[in-house]
Amino acid sequence: MDLKFTPEEEAFRDEVRAFLAEKLPQRLSDKMRKGQHLTKAEHEEWHAILNARGWLANHWPVDWGGTGWTVIQRFIFETETALANAPRVLPFGLSMIGPVLLKYGSEEQKRKWLPRILDGSDWWCQGYSEPGAGSDLASLKTSAVRDGDHYVVNGQKTWTTLGQYANMMFCLVRTATDGKKQDGISFLLIDMATPGIEVRPIRLLSGDHEVNEVFFTDVRVPVENLVGEENRGWTYAKYLLTYERTNIAGVGSSMAALGDLKDIARTQRRGGRPLAEDPQFAARLARLEIELENMKTTNMRVLAAAGAGAAPVAESSMLKIRGTEIRQTIDDLMRRAAGTYARPWVPESFEGGWNGEPVGPEWAGPVATQYFNNRKLSIFGGSNEVQREIITKAILEL
Amino acid sequence: MDFSLGEDRQMLVDSLSRFLADKYPFATRTAAAFEGTGWSRALWGQLAELGAIGALFDESVGGFGGSPFDVGVVFGELGRALVTGPWLATLQAGHVLAAAGLTDDLGAVIAGEAVIGYAEEEADTWFDPAEIATRATVSGDGWVLDGAKTVVSCAGSVDRLLVVARAEAGLSTFLVERDAPGLTVHDYLLVDGGSAGDVTFAATPARLVGIAGEAGPVIEAARALGLVALAWEGVAVMDVLRDQTLDYLRTRKQFGIQIGKFQALQHRMATIALEIEQARSAAINAADSFSADRIVRERAASAAKVTIGKAGSLAAEEAIQMHGGIGMTWELALSHYAKRLMMIGHELGDEDYHLARYIELGRERIAEEA
Repeated sequence: MDLKFTPEEEAFRDEVRAFLAEKLPQRLSDKMRKGQHLTKAEHEEWHAILNARGWLANHWPVDWGGTGWTVIQRFIFETETALANAPRVLPFGLSMIGPVLLKYGSEEQKRKWLPRILDGSDWWCQGYSEPGAGSDLASLKTSAVRDGDHYVVNGQKTWTTLGQYANMMFCLVRTATDGKKQDGISFLLIDMATPGIEVRPIRLLSGDHEVNEVFFTDVRVPVENLVGEENRGWTYAKYLLTYERTNIAGVGSSMAALGDLKDIARTQRRGGRPLAEDPQFAARLARLEIELENMKTTNMRVLAAAGAGAAPVAESSMLKIRGTEIRQTIDDLMRRAAGTYARPWVPESFEGGWNGEPVGPEWAGPVATQYFNNRKLSIFGGSNEVQREIITKAILEL
Repeated sequence: MDFSLGEDRQMLVDSLSRFLADKYPFATRTAAAFEGTGWSRALWGQLAELGAIGALFDESVGGFGGSPFDVGVVFGELGRALVTGPWLATLQAGHVLAAAGLTDDLGAVIAGEAVIGYAEEEADTWFDPAEIATRATVSGDGWVLDGAKTVVSCAGSVDRLLVVARAEAGLSTFLVERDAPGLTVHDYLLVDGGSAGDVTFAATPARLVGIAGEAGPVIEAARALGLVALAWEGVAVMDVLRDQTLDYLRTRKQFGIQIGKFQALQHRMATIALEIEQARSAAINAADSFSADRIVRERAASAAKVTIGKAGSLAAEEAIQMHGGIGMTWELALSHYAKRLMMIGHELGDEDYHLARYIELGRERIAEEA
C-alpha cells in the first residue's frame, strides 16, 4: 500500500505545472475562475496551445498524435489543468469521435478526420439524444435511407451541446426498423453545412445557450461518411460512452471549486462572524471535503486497477455518480454562501470584458446560475439513474 | 501508487481468514460472544500464535508488523468473523507501552500471555481526554489511582489495565493489576457481543508508564491507530453485509420473482456499494496518513470515522430492511454484523464527535499557517 506518486510522476506533475504557468493565458483562467463563458475562439485558442505542445490528444495512440501517457499521468494532467482553472478540453472531437474512428474507422477516415481534430479545422458535435430517446437511446428514430451514393437523413436530434459552433456532427441514425432496436442503428458523419439542416437554440433554465435542437430534412450524406458497418452503430456508440473515463469524477475541478468555496467561507461574514464558523455551514463544508478526499482515493484505486487501459465501465459509474454529486454540492454551498446575493441576475457579467457595477461580492454573481446549470451533471453522460443500472448489472449482478 | 496489500500481509490475511472460518463458525461465535466473559481466551491464544497480535506492533518492540496497514488487515479479518475480545484495547494499550519502551510488558501481551485492557473513557468525558478526572497521586515510592472508568472492554476478564489518569503534571498512563487492592469491576455483556465493565479505583496502586504529564500526544496517536483499526473492521463488516444482502436479493422470491429484480432495491444497493467503496478509501487514507504530521493524521482518522459512521448506518439499516422479517432475527448472522457495525459507531467517538473534531482541526491548521 502506497498512495504516493512515483518520483517520475512527481516530475511529470512539475512539468505540467510549469507548462501551465508559462502557457495558460491568464485571460482564460480568470474567465474560468469567475464562471464566465468562453467564446468559440477562446476554446480554439486553448486547444491550439495544447496541440502545439503535443498534449491535446494525450490519450490517443502515439502514431496519431498521442503521448503514450499512463492513466495516472492523464489523471495528473487533468487534475493540474483543472486546478489551474484552465478551460476544459472539449470532448466531442478528442474523446468521442476521435476514439471511435481510431477503433472502428477506415484508414481513409482516420487520415482525413483525425488531423483536423488536432489542428482545430473541425468542431464536432454529438447527434445522439432525440426528443423520444434520452436514457433509452436505442429507441432513436432519425432515419437514414440509402439512395445511390448517399444516405438521406430525416429527423431530429436534441441537447446538442455547442452545436451552434460545430461544422461536423457524429450522428446515430436508424437504418433498419425490423429486429432489435439496437441492431438497426448506424453511425454517420454529417457536414453541418449540408442543405436541410437547421440548428435551433435551446435556452436553459440558467439562461445559457449551450445546447441546441438539430432538424434534418432530406439531408444527403455521402456513404463514405458511414463509420464501420451499417446497422452496427450501437456498438460504436456504446464504445464512445465508455471511453476515456479517467476524468469522469471531475476531481480536479471539484478540488479547485472547493478551494474557492473555502476562501469564501473564511472571508464572507454572517451574523458578525466568518461563515466558516457557522456550525451548520461548517458541518456541510466538512462533509463535502471528506467526501471529496475519499473520492480522490476511490478514483486512484480505479485507475490503479485499470493499469494502462481505460477505466472500467462499472467502477466509472460509481465515480460518475459521486463525482457529480460532489460538484453539485459545491454549487449548492456556493449558493448558500451568497445569501441574498444569489438572487440578482446580471447575465452581461458572465461575458468577458464586462465593466458594470457588480451587485454584492463579485464571486456571488454567477453562483445561482451555475447551481442551476450544473443540475445537468447528474442528467447527461448517462443519468445517475442509468449509472445505477450499470452498477446493478455489472457489479452487483442482480 | 500501489493499492495491493503486499505478499506478507496477504499471507497473514489468508491464514487468519482460513483459521477463523474453520475454528470460529457463527454458532461458536454466538456462544462465545454472549456467554460468560463474552470472549474466548483459548481463541485469543491461538490467534496470538498465528501472529494476530504481533502484526500490530513494530519489530523494534517485539512485533513483526506495526504499520497501520498491518493493523487494518488484522482488524478486517477479526471483523469478518465478528471476533470479540480486547483487541482494540490491546492495540491502544500496546501502542502506549511501546512508546514508553516497556518491551517486556508488551512482549507478554504479544505472546498472548498477559491480556491487557485499556481504560480511558469516563462517564463525563464523551470521548474527550481533556475531561478525564481520574486522579493519580504519588504515594510512597509509587502511585495510587482514584476515580472511575466506564465501558472498559473486557474489564472483568483481562489480566491488567492500562489506565489514563490525571496527575498533577497532567495526563499520564499507568499499569494496574486486575487484582490490585481498591479496584472493583462491574461487568456486563455488550449489545454486539463481548463484554465491558465499569471500573472504580480507590487508592489503587499503579505503575507509571512513560513520563508523568506527557501522555496526551501518546494516547492521541494510540486513538488514531484505533480509528484506523475500526475503519478497516467497519469496511470488512460492510463487505459481509453487502454480500449477504446480495445473496438474499438473488434468491428470495416475492410476487413470483427474485426481489433483486426490483429497481427500488437495485438502486439502493448500488448506492450502498458506492458508499462502501468511499468508506474503503477513507480507511486507506487514514492508514496512509498515520505517519504524516499530527493534524493530517488526526483529520484523516476523524474523516474515516465520519465516513464509516455514515456508510455503516446506511449499510446496517438497509441490510436489515432488505431482508425483511428474517433480518430481524437473532438466528441470522446478518443481524449480528449489523449490530457490530452500528456499535463501531459508538467506539472512540461517534460520527458527530469526529465531524466537529475534523472542523476544529481544520481551524487549527489555518491558525498554524497564519
